[in-house]
Amino acid sequence: MSRYEAVIGLEVHAQLLTRTKAFCSCATAFGAPPNTQVCPTCLGLPGALPVLNGKAVELAVRTALALDCAVRQESIFARKNYFYPDLPKGYQISQYDRPFSEHGHLDITVEKKGAEAVTKRAGITRVHMEEDAGKNTHDRGDVSVVDLNRSGTALVEIVGDPDLRSADEAVEYLKTVREILVFIGVNDGNLEEGSFRCDANVSIRPVGESKFGTRTELKNINSFKFVREAINYEIARQESVLECGGKIIQETRGWDEKASKTFSMRSKEEAQDYRYFPEPDLPPLVITEAFIETVRSTMPELPVAKRARFVRDHKQTPYAAQVLTTHPEVARFYEEAGALHGDFVKVGNFVQGEVLRDVRTSGLSATFPVTASQVAELLKLVDAGDISGKQAKEVYGKMVGTSKTPREWVSELGMQQVTDAAAINTVCQRVVDANPKQAEALKTGKVAMFGYFVGQVMKETKGSANPQMVNDALKRILGV
Amino acid sequence: MIEAFSIAELATKVQSGAVSATEVAHDVIARIERYNGRFNALVSVEPARILAQAAAVDQKRARGEALGALAGVPIAIKDAICTEGESTTAGSKILRGYAPPYDATVIAKLRKADALLTGKTNMDEFAMGSSNENSAYGSAKNPWDDTRTPGGSSGGSAAAVASRMALGALGSDTGGSIRQPASLTGTVGVKPTYGRVSRYGLIAFASSLDQIGPFATDVRGSARLLEVIAGHDGHDATSLNVPIDGYELACSASLKGLRVGVPEEYFAEGLSPDVEGSVRAALARLESDGCIITPIKLPHTRFAVATYYVIATAEASSNLARFDGVRYGLRVASPSLGEMYGATRDAGFGKEVKRRILLGTFVLSAGYYDAYYLRAQKMRTLIRRDFEEAFKKVDVIASPTAPTTAFKLGEKADDPLAMYLSDIYTLPASLAGVPALSVPCGADQGGMPIGLQLVAPPLQESRLFTFASAVERHYAPTLPTGVQ
Repeated sequence: MSRYEAVIGLEVHAQLLTRTKAFCSCATAFGAPPNTQVCPTCLGLPGALPVLNGKAVELAVRTALALDCAVRQESIFARKNYFYPDLPKGYQISQYDRPFSEHGHLDITVEKKGAEAVTKRAGITRVHMEEDAGKNTHDRGDVSVVDLNRSGTALVEIVGDPDLRSADEAVEYLKTVREILVFIGVNDGNLEEGSFRCDANVSIRPVGESKFGTRTELKNINSFKFVREAINYEIARQESVLECGGKIIQETRGWDEKASKTFSMRSKEEAQDYRYFPEPDLPPLVITEAFIETVRSTMPELPVAKRARFVRDHKQTPYAAQVLTTHPEVARFYEEAGALHGDFVKVGNFVQGEVLRDVRTSGLSATFPVTASQVAELLKLVDAGDISGKQAKEVYGKMVGTSKTPREWVSELGMQQVTDAAAINTVCQRVVDANPKQAEALKTGKVAMFGYFVGQVMKETKGSANPQMVNDALKRILGV
Repeated sequence: MIEAFSIAELATKVQSGAVSATEVAHDVIARIERYNGRFNALVSVEPARILAQAAAVDQKRARGEALGALAGVPIAIKDAICTEGESTTAGSKILRGYAPPYDATVIAKLRKADALLTGKTNMDEFAMGSSNENSAYGSAKNPWDDTRTPGGSSGGSAAAVASRMALGALGSDTGGSIRQPASLTGTVGVKPTYGRVSRYGLIAFASSLDQIGPFATDVRGSARLLEVIAGHDGHDATSLNVPIDGYELACSASLKGLRVGVPEEYFAEGLSPDVEGSVRAALARLESDGCIITPIKLPHTRFAVATYYVIATAEASSNLARFDGVRYGLRVASPSLGEMYGATRDAGFGKEVKRRILLGTFVLSAGYYDAYYLRAQKMRTLIRRDFEEAFKKVDVIASPTAPTTAFKLGEKADDPLAMYLSDIYTLPASLAGVPALSVPCGADQGGMPIGLQLVAPPLQESRLFTFASAVERHYAPTLPTGVQ
């Protein structure tokens, strides 16, 4: 047991899913050829001015409300001044001492070994709006190149209180934030493309101490795995520094994926003085109570609420509810199919068992192998006894990527279930007659032999016989 | 030819076809050839463009279409205002060769009004200066005496209008950069209410103070120009969404019974006796026209210079960060990124610009912000309140525009503080964001022009034009000697 306790606070930068940038009308689509989604404003040309994108404000407010933040009626934009080639104006438009929202919180589920999971509430210091920088690339030998397509893209920065105590909690916090942002449609949650980014402030202190230790800031860690590794590495590093009688230096550290180490980027002495001051090109941002109410009333359901509803109204297990909300589109698909079919548990099972395997998600969108109505219809055929559950899976496999209805597939595959009692009886009788030894064994108590007869009947009927009726007929003929 | 006309007169001639825009263009080009060598007012002129614009105006008329309010009127443009495909350098080496890919909003509006844009005018680098001596192109000269300054920073625009190389010009005013040169060159210059004219396409000096405004040979011309360029712009979040008044109409309004406030703080040490005498005489004439002259107080005036030089330099230090050698303008090749930034900015910026970047960086620095920037903002509020209080009692405020007439080139070049004091009367209106205008009201013993400054409440530009027209009816300067 360590003598130390870790104190962790996370800063999340999330790109808002606006079609255009924060302060100009350039497109934000990812992957366009370099410097094609630019204009005088986001290129920082002399004389160009920023004009705030109203949609970005709406998505930012939605974010703040989802994190239970208080929204300030009048906030101001500020300039954060520093030189870097990916920052065309020489300053980033951000918010500083009067952000648009503050004082929120987030509930996370913390698993403890050998104990029941508990819910922990982590504070949200603030959520503010800012613009993204462009991107420098250093893969051409002597020269570096700059792509400004991303320059000016709208971001929210979510600053968390130093309430987290382990790398696991930090990862859980991040996953929860990401899930919320994706479910409310403000961010696509893509860590690899950098539309969801994280910095972690990490310090340690002796257990029982109430003052914070000196913190280091871990920058731009681009996967949950690396977040866990980097924080764990940093906690261990700080412990060994203190154990050896050393002092933690306040500094910014990066994560070296290859060496699995954090490394010093710059110390506090080298830290920049950003010379924040109110952005004179933008008037104060006024967010009225009416606007907040509009955003609140159009707020999509949060994942926690959705899961609770699936358990309460659809009688899903908590686990199933979790699986069915792995992505907002999956939840939507499940609910749509469930509503068409009527039995949410059956639909939920089928979605989990079959459909999910073939779903491809990309950001906020997802492609499904079949439509919700195809699933509902397919399961109705099973309910009606037209096909067996096993056949349903086979039909599903055929249906993937086609627009034919389940019924069309069933008739095309010749799968119409045999429900003619006389016909089933005939086949069963023939099978029993052909296997006297096995019939004898069954009668003398070898119960497992019953399955053998079922198998033989299904084989003869190429699986098209109604299994319940086969069971009934065999029992009668065999007298068991 | 054009020297015989005012803006309104020339526009009427071109609209009626009595004079073609092409004739105007040829005359303008000839005048530029004749005078620009002497006055260095224009730093970039492309005769082919002037002729092409003129031809387009004439064709439009030939097609039977109505021509705009500035039909064929030659207008010179301060080099800080972006003109698509044309050199726009803000008087700085760091932008030598830079041609923007877009027109400023005011330029688009001038084009739509069928004006002839005659070229870019000389200015103090990034509008930082009061004498035009801080220009990468050398100083513009005062057409009334070419050994003297035309004022600054819009000195080139003022000199171009005073010498009739254009009948109107656009300048920008951050702390007096339109009014002071207008005063020193015997022209009319207007600094509109902050937000009245779009700043989109104006290379920023101090964003919370910068305003584009017109110069003209007469008050009515300046009113017409402002009417063309004013108005809300979706590209500028600080532009005001308020209808534009009929400024030209206001020129003939009566001022009987209106109250003129005279701030006693403005008539203090440093004011030249000739200027004071001329301004007081003009006020007496307004009184005889039926105005009521009242002394008023603007008690925080003495803090204006200090307040201005904190706020303006702070904003400038940030606004000028984009000139980093990465995307456009000068780049001095260097072994590392940091050295490239340093070498480029060292070679590209002049002395005064560097001085202000340093000052602005200092006042925003951690540990100094509260003592300087925040305090200056509070003082700015007090200065704004001075005007609010005063305007409860009077309709306009009148004062000298500048403490002296045009000084000799070189006279204050090595004394920044003395130079800063030449804007002492114009800074308060800039800090308060209220509209102000300079109109000629007399001349000193040496014949150098003297300007009267009028200040009005926010968005009350019409009052400025009403009063300035009255001043002008009593006194209108002739052409400078040596200019035909």
